[in-house]
Amino acid sequence: MNQDRIQRIVREITETCEGRTSIRLMEVCGTHTVALFRSGVKSLLPKSLRLISGPGCPVCVTPQGYVNAACEVAGRPGVTVCTYGDMVRVRGRDGSLADCRGRGARIVTVYSARDALKYARQHPDEQVVFLAVGFETTAPTTAAVVMEAARGRVGNFFVLMGHKLALPAMMYLLESPEFPIDGFICPGHVSVVIGAHAYQPIIERYRKPCAVTGFEPAQMLEGILSLVRQVTRGEARVDNVYGAAVSDGGNPIARACMHDVFETAPATWRALGVLPESGLELREPYRRFDAAARFGLETHEDFEPPGCRCGEVLQGKLEPHDCGLFGTVCNPANPIGPCMVSSEGTCAAWYKYGPPKEG
Amino acid sequence: MCLAVPGKILSIAASSDDPLGGQLALVDFQGSRVEVSLQLLPSAREGDWVLVHAGFALQTLNDAEARELWEYLLEAEVVSGTLEEMGEAVPEA
Repeated sequence: MNQDRIQRIVREITETCEGRTSIRLMEVCGTHTVALFRSGVKSLLPKSLRLISGPGCPVCVTPQGYVNAACEVAGRPGVTVCTYGDMVRVRGRDGSLADCRGRGARIVTVYSARDALKYARQHPDEQVVFLAVGFETTAPTTAAVVMEAARGRVGNFFVLMGHKLALPAMMYLLESPEFPIDGFICPGHVSVVIGAHAYQPIIERYRKPCAVTGFEPAQMLEGILSLVRQVTRGEARVDNVYGAAVSDGGNPIARACMHDVFETAPATWRALGVLPESGLELREPYRRFDAAARFGLETHEDFEPPGCRCGEVLQGKLEPHDCGLFGTVCNPANPIGPCMVSSEGTCAAWYKYGPPKEG
Repeated sequence: MCLAVPGKILSIAASSDDPLGGQLALVDFQGSRVEVSLQLLPSAREGDWVLVHAGFALQTLNDAEARELWEYLLEAEVVSGTLEEMGEAVPEA
């Protein structure tokens, strides 16, 4: 870590922010939230600059109905649920997938959608349901695997669709007048797929500056500096600081794959409600892989445990410290809401790396 | 979940059970070797550094960039969990 470079950028940020009462920047991506805390970058910034965590943690924004459906189908005879590890502890109405496992359901943790398909091929007598959760970084991988399943005529592999798109959520947040956002730190690896140019609608429609950055501290600071400069000068453009991995056009093959297999649809974001064209569903030629249709599952219902304020946290309206459950009833060992369950959830990040709660 | 990890392609083989599925690469993540699909990045070659997410290569990186990213990820201790998950990947029958 280049300390001199970091100190220099922090100085420039502080100078640029002088005279401003507040600048509010949202970091969309859960991985950025953790990186900003962990690196200590957050504590170096001037008090007038507020970094708000956004809804960029796919596990956190998965509605409870989806978890309920996953648990329900896991309990059916002959069904095996394959899932990414970070979904396993999210609680639905009747507990989490980990709890279901304890009751005898077959739940297999996978690193890749390919592993889920492999499992299905190896176990032809089991009905395999893959939990397709994640943003645009992950959605192309599901699409590629669905295409492979179609070519291989795999009859026991199904996908429970839960993929969401980052841009519609960012624009939804900009529509909220009570808590203005002055600029975005755009999700790093989502941008690898969608490209820096994908954020142009935010510039054109809302004139809010965007910076695409990676996760290394000096780079995140470069992104923040770009944003505060743009805000104070009244400029608005997409600044790509992560040129090593992100191009203007992203990965066109990955996007083509997504486009071939999926279509956009309304999606329920936990505690935000239904956002139009913010989710992905299977297109007609691939509908036979749809687990919701095959097993009669309803995934869109949402429910908040009493006292849980994840919804406000996800929108950047509340800091974890201000939630009555934070750190007491709700903690990583006993998470109430999704912001604490996921290792990239805002509350989990604050619990682990943030300043101690006062009072 | 958003975290993609850099690795170096050691070798590439055609996917045997799915001729249209693109190639599979054996990728080295500082000692851990994982099978990665190149279906979303068919231009990748042996010796390339690639950014990998959920079993798929998404982008090539140059040597210096990859090393820098890897060093940061190791130092920030965010990569060990992902490596553990990769290691638990379902093996071929």
